Amino acid sequence: MDTTAIDIEKDSGNFLYPEKHRYDAGLGLTEKTLDYISNVKEEPDWIRDFRKNGLRVFQDKPLPTHWATEDLKAINFDAIRYYLAGDRKASRTWDEVPDDVKQTFERLGIPENERKFLAGVEAQFDSEAAYSNIKDTVAKQGVIFVGSTEGLKEHPEIFRKWFGKVIPTNDNKFSALNSACFSGGSFIYVPPGVKVSHPLQAYFRINAQNFGQFERTLIIADEGSEVTYMEGCTAPKFDTATLHSAVVELVALKGAKIQYITVQNWSSNVFNLVTKRAIAHEEAEVKWIDCNIGSRLTMKYPGVILKGRKARGEVLSIALANDGQHQDTGAKMVHAADETTSNIIAKSISVGKGRSTYRGLVNIPKHLKGCKNNTECDALLINTNSRTDTYPAISVRGDGNSVQHEASVSKVSAEQIFYMQQRGMTEGQAMSLSVNGFVNDLTRYFPMEYSVELKRLIDLEMEGSVG
Amino acid sequence: MEPTNTAQTTLADPELFDRHLSGRENLPAWWLERKKEAWKRFLDLPMPNRKNEEWRFANVNAITLDGFSLPEPDPAAEAEALEQSTDFADHAGRLVFVNDRLAAHDPVGEELAARGVIWMPLEQAVAEHPDLLRRHFMAQPIELGSGKFSALHTALCSAGGFLYVPKGVEIEKPLVAFHWTASDQTAVFPHSLVIADPASKVTLIDCHYSTEGQTRNFITGVNDLYAGEGANLAYLGVQKWSRRSLAFQLNSTQAMRDSTVTSLNLNLGGKLARSENHSQAMGEGCRNEMLSLTVANGNQEFDQRTLQTHLAPNTTSDLLYKNALLDEARTLFSGLIRVAHEAQRTDAYQTNRNLLLNPAAEANSLPGLEILANDVKCSHGATTGQIEPEQIFYLAARGIPREVAHELLVFGFLDEVLEKFGRENLAEELRAHIRGKFGRS
Repeated sequence: MDTTAIDIEKDSGNFLYPEKHRYDAGLGLTEKTLDYISNVKEEPDWIRDFRKNGLRVFQDKPLPTHWATEDLKAINFDAIRYYLAGDRKASRTWDEVPDDVKQTFERLGIPENERKFLAGVEAQFDSEAAYSNIKDTVAKQGVIFVGSTEGLKEHPEIFRKWFGKVIPTNDNKFSALNSACFSGGSFIYVPPGVKVSHPLQAYFRINAQNFGQFERTLIIADEGSEVTYMEGCTAPKFDTATLHSAVVELVALKGAKIQYITVQNWSSNVFNLVTKRAIAHEEAEVKWIDCNIGSRLTMKYPGVILKGRKARGEVLSIALANDGQHQDTGAKMVHAADETTSNIIAKSISVGKGRSTYRGLVNIPKHLKGCKNNTECDALLINTNSRTDTYPAISVRGDGNSVQHEASVSKVSAEQIFYMQQRGMTEGQAMSLSVNGFVNDLTRYFPMEYSVELKRLIDLEMEGSVG
Repeated sequence: MEPTNTAQTTLADPELFDRHLSGRENLPAWWLERKKEAWKRFLDLPMPNRKNEEWRFANVNAITLDGFSLPEPDPAAEAEALEQSTDFADHAGRLVFVNDRLAAHDPVGEELAARGVIWMPLEQAVAEHPDLLRRHFMAQPIELGSGKFSALHTALCSAGGFLYVPKGVEIEKPLVAFHWTASDQTAVFPHSLVIADPASKVTLIDCHYSTEGQTRNFITGVNDLYAGEGANLAYLGVQKWSRRSLAFQLNSTQAMRDSTVTSLNLNLGGKLARSENHSQAMGEGCRNEMLSLTVANGNQEFDQRTLQTHLAPNTTSDLLYKNALLDEARTLFSGLIRVAHEAQRTDAYQTNRNLLLNPAAEANSLPGLEILANDVKCSHGATTGQIEPEQIFYLAARGIPREVAHELLVFGFLDEVLEKFGRENLAEELRAHIRGKFGRS
């Protein structure tokens, strides 16, 4: 099919509001920046030291361009604001939320009635939580759902035990950067046996030019508990690149279940370099559901360390790369106990000059028995100049372990499009339907509101992709 | 010959290169010049580093240039090796090299010679067919990481089979080249170059053997295949280097329009054996089939890197690498399918299957894709597993003893590759080699 005319409505979903920030650490990252952040946040000394160590590691580590894209070199770390905070304290009730923040939610398309179903909303406006509300039922269950700063101050006995343990500062250059200047993000603790009945949800948003956002999220699900966390990201469009580098650590203790859902739709100038990892203890289950639609470059490989017997890890991933975008995503499954199982299903769609890359790591060491991994990667290429790559790495030893990896690359068949056009659809609608069909067997695992949102995002991205 | 002090010999010794050149002064100047350039390049390039993606997961610490020198003449060993060069006896021509020295040359029959078929040792071809050699010798891109060893090969290579098949000539029987290592602490550089002109058909077999199992050798072999329009070229490599050898084998293929190239490598020997196989689909309608069969035992390591490059539309490549791992053996398969933007309607497949026959064995798999065209069918699959107890039970329930059942299942796993290769007369000899590795004959 002729695919020369690609014209995508870039401004859909963009929004930008005037900024007023009371705290601004200025451009660039030095020890002074870190002291500024610690002073503003009135943090204990161990966090101050933790930040400074993070800075040293960040400065020591080279950019990983020996395997990653050279595009990383386009980041000017000296032209980024590492900390901004508005004159807003975390709010408890909806009435206390400032009107302009409410307006943002309006534009994000969260309907009023849907909010009622959200167990607690931790909405991050710039670096600080502008709105934080834990529904009575969840709080009564003993669930702690607060911002990371609040978590480390008010619950140090739980926070400190796990903070930085799943993803050590020196894991990679960007986890070190986050360790140096993190602010915002969530801290969640679910007590033993508690099944959180509603998903916990947080919306993040970047809204200041050249402002990097460095959330730090730590979720601990104690024995036999269950929790679902949702994270949706949208960002306004800016002229210069912004950097987003989050660290998310999950700990699922014996028999616990954690489901972590992300829909990422940063604007196409954002570098989104995120480290996400979970530890699953005995018979625990961790599921990452990860959708990447936006950003200029996303590098994100959610992982699970299967530490206890019969632990289970899962990554379901959808990536859509449009013109000027590179979605470099994947999954890591590190088996560290007998009879652990992992499943990775990754689907990517490349549109226009978009590039999507899958990187995976599966490791089963020699002393283990009865471990299983299944990996499936499917790539869909829409236009003649689209690109896709797959780079998995699988190491297997041990007894009775089995691993299978499959990947395929395909395009939307001209016959399919023709068939739908015969029935009165435009080519664009037909393409959109085909792409939604391609990801459908994954999105059916998603919570309803997320699959609806995702479908809407795909429709938006596919507009004008054929002509 | 007294073995020299291992602490002092190294392949990076400039005297070693001078020694290689001495006695070769009468070879054409361009040839010697290329060698000198390559030697300099070899010295300049760094040793492999795991930070380099092409060496990811590789056991680079086991790679050393030290303790090896060039072999000295050893008539007794040559005679012994020649006597054992009996595999694939039903051939159209044979070359035997022992310690990189020509020991025998069975030329092609008069009829083939009259039709222009050339089958001769490499250095003879350098003198007699300089145009072909200049154009094709070491002319394929090195993309899989062994630039340093490729340069070393160019600098020190002397032994090899040169095969040229003119347009339309079909040779039914295979040509066979034996390369033997026969002395301890020596390095050899076996080379094969096949140029199959349009519409020709030919099979080349490389036998990479050692006279005894425990010599420590350094081998860097290169095999380059050119298939002209509509040519049908088959290659079979049987690798049984001694158990203490460090071996690199760099194979490249260029397939022109409507040609078919099939290659099968049987890997059995060496301590650390790395192979780099690159197939390039250059012309529309061509087909590259890349097959490999590895049986790894003891503490052997096989490091396999493959690249399937598609540069022209309507091309096909199909890769199947199977590894059976015993004891504490380790294998590493790293494959990449690269489809250029121009290569629409490519069909490219890549499959790696690993069978772990012992819990301490380790199989690594890095199956990759880089697709820059959208109208393609590409897939890769990698599996690692064991023999299922149910399968043994099924056979045992039918009165087959467990050991026999186990063996049947292992051979069944491996035989798929031989079946894909076809050429049943050759496959039967390969089965004998595989049985030998499993301690049966």
